[in-house]
Amino acid sequence: MKLLINSCAAVLLLASSNLMADEFTKNDLERWDGQFQAVVKDGRALWTSAELGKNGVVCAQCHPNAANTHPETYPKFQKQLGKVANLWEMVNWCLRNPLEGEPLKADDPRMTALLTYIAWERRGVKLEPGKH
Amino acid sequence: MSNTFDRRQFLKNTTLTLTGTALPITMVELAFAKSSDNFNFAYISDSHIQQIKGNNFVRNWDRGLLRAVAETNLLTPKPDFIIFGGDLAQMGSKPELDHGAEMLSKLHGKVYHVMGEHDYYLDLGEYWSKLFGKHYYSFDHKGVHFVVLNSIITYDDWTFNKWPTAQQRMAEMAGLDNPNGSPFMVGDKQRDWLKKDLAKVKKDTPVIVFSHSPLQKIYKGWNFWTEDAEAVQALLAPFDKVTVFYGHVHQIQYNQIGNIAFTSAMATAWPWPYPQAYAQAQQLLPKLTVQMNRADPFFERDATGWQFIDVATGRASVNYNLYNNATRTVAFDAQEGHPKDSGYQAVEKRIPPQTHY
Repeated sequence: MKLLINSCAAVLLLASSNLMADEFTKNDLERWDGQFQAVVKDGRALWTSAELGKNGVVCAQCHPNAANTHPETYPKFQKQLGKVANLWEMVNWCLRNPLEGEPLKADDPRMTALLTYIAWERRGVKLEPGKH
Repeated sequence: MSNTFDRRQFLKNTTLTLTGTALPITMVELAFAKSSDNFNFAYISDSHIQQIKGNNFVRNWDRGLLRAVAETNLLTPKPDFIIFGGDLAQMGSKPELDHGAEMLSKLHGKVYHVMGEHDYYLDLGEYWSKLFGKHYYSFDHKGVHFVVLNSIITYDDWTFNKWPTAQQRMAEMAGLDNPNGSPFMVGDKQRDWLKKDLAKVKKDTPVIVFSHSPLQKIYKGWNFWTEDAEAVQALLAPFDKVTVFYGHVHQIQYNQIGNIAFTSAMATAWPWPYPQAYAQAQQLLPKLTVQMNRADPFFERDATGWQFIDVATGRASVNYNLYNNATRTVAFDAQEGHPKDSGYQAVEKRIPPQTHY
């Protein structure tokens, strides 16, 4: 009897999850946007944080509102590096040089936040990979 | 040794037609019919000396100012005086202002100072005044009336009531793109002073105004802006020849509004993007301005530089000398009545690096 109930529950669960597979609700959208905006906010906080580097210089000093980072052009041939580079590599260049600090791993949550903030400030601009 | 010697010789040999070199200062020559009335002066701006801890300062910004000072001292003929255009410090602290003042003290000649917001918002210019004097003033030099304004004050409520500490007030104003900032202005009191000051000046006397912010409205979000710009312009309107030089924007800008020619100075510290590089904002970069090349961050001093300016019959011709780029010349065109780039003004003459995105 107990087994039967469990099986029924499993069937019902399966049925309901099948029904919902390609749908999402307003609540989902709000949650996802909330998660995204929280990371944008983290990125903005890092963009203006003296803790990211080691000399007190912050990203926003040279790049107000993340301007002149042109994320829409990456990946591109970075002439100064002599290869096609991703934007995170350029972020690390800045961390090492003007900020005199340590680079971040590509999947470091702080790097994700920085890249998320950069992309958000550049929203609406068409993708132009490779452009100079 | 030989480099120093070569540069000195080069500067002496080329004197007023420096090309292909890069001095991060602004050299100004004013030419009148009587050659004895001609003179020049140097203009250094936006050094943003930034303390890390104790005697440790951000090397990059120090080097910009050291270079400007060293090269100004090599100029031949020696400039009559030097203008420092504001933002000597980054966070307005005593150690930063002292360190900057010490570097500037090596200059051979009198230095006139302009107040920048980074010098002001920690103690409202109190320590700056001990070092450099009045916040706004005027002087006459060989037939030109010079006015120095403190254009970076703002609404009293923001300055006096909004922030729990002076340090926070400074930090909030120091962030160029900080939405908690507040628009710059000259203010009623100073405009009253300016009105009285200009009442003594003949209308055909060339007037040169130095301010830190632009005295025109370009982009409010980054305070490339002066809230009462129109009111200040109105006070300058009766004069035949007016030139406004300003810092703050860390880039080449020029414009003409009525009788007033506007020209910006580059920073010795770092360059800024043109406001149009921020995709989410409307802005009003003067249509006349042909933008400088996009900065290459791998060249530490790229897009910082200097201007050599000579003024014939009271109008300016400005040579922008950039460290890692070709010299630009922006001269007042008497027929067209506005400043014009000698090489790049026509759209078809512009080069790819001048396209910003």
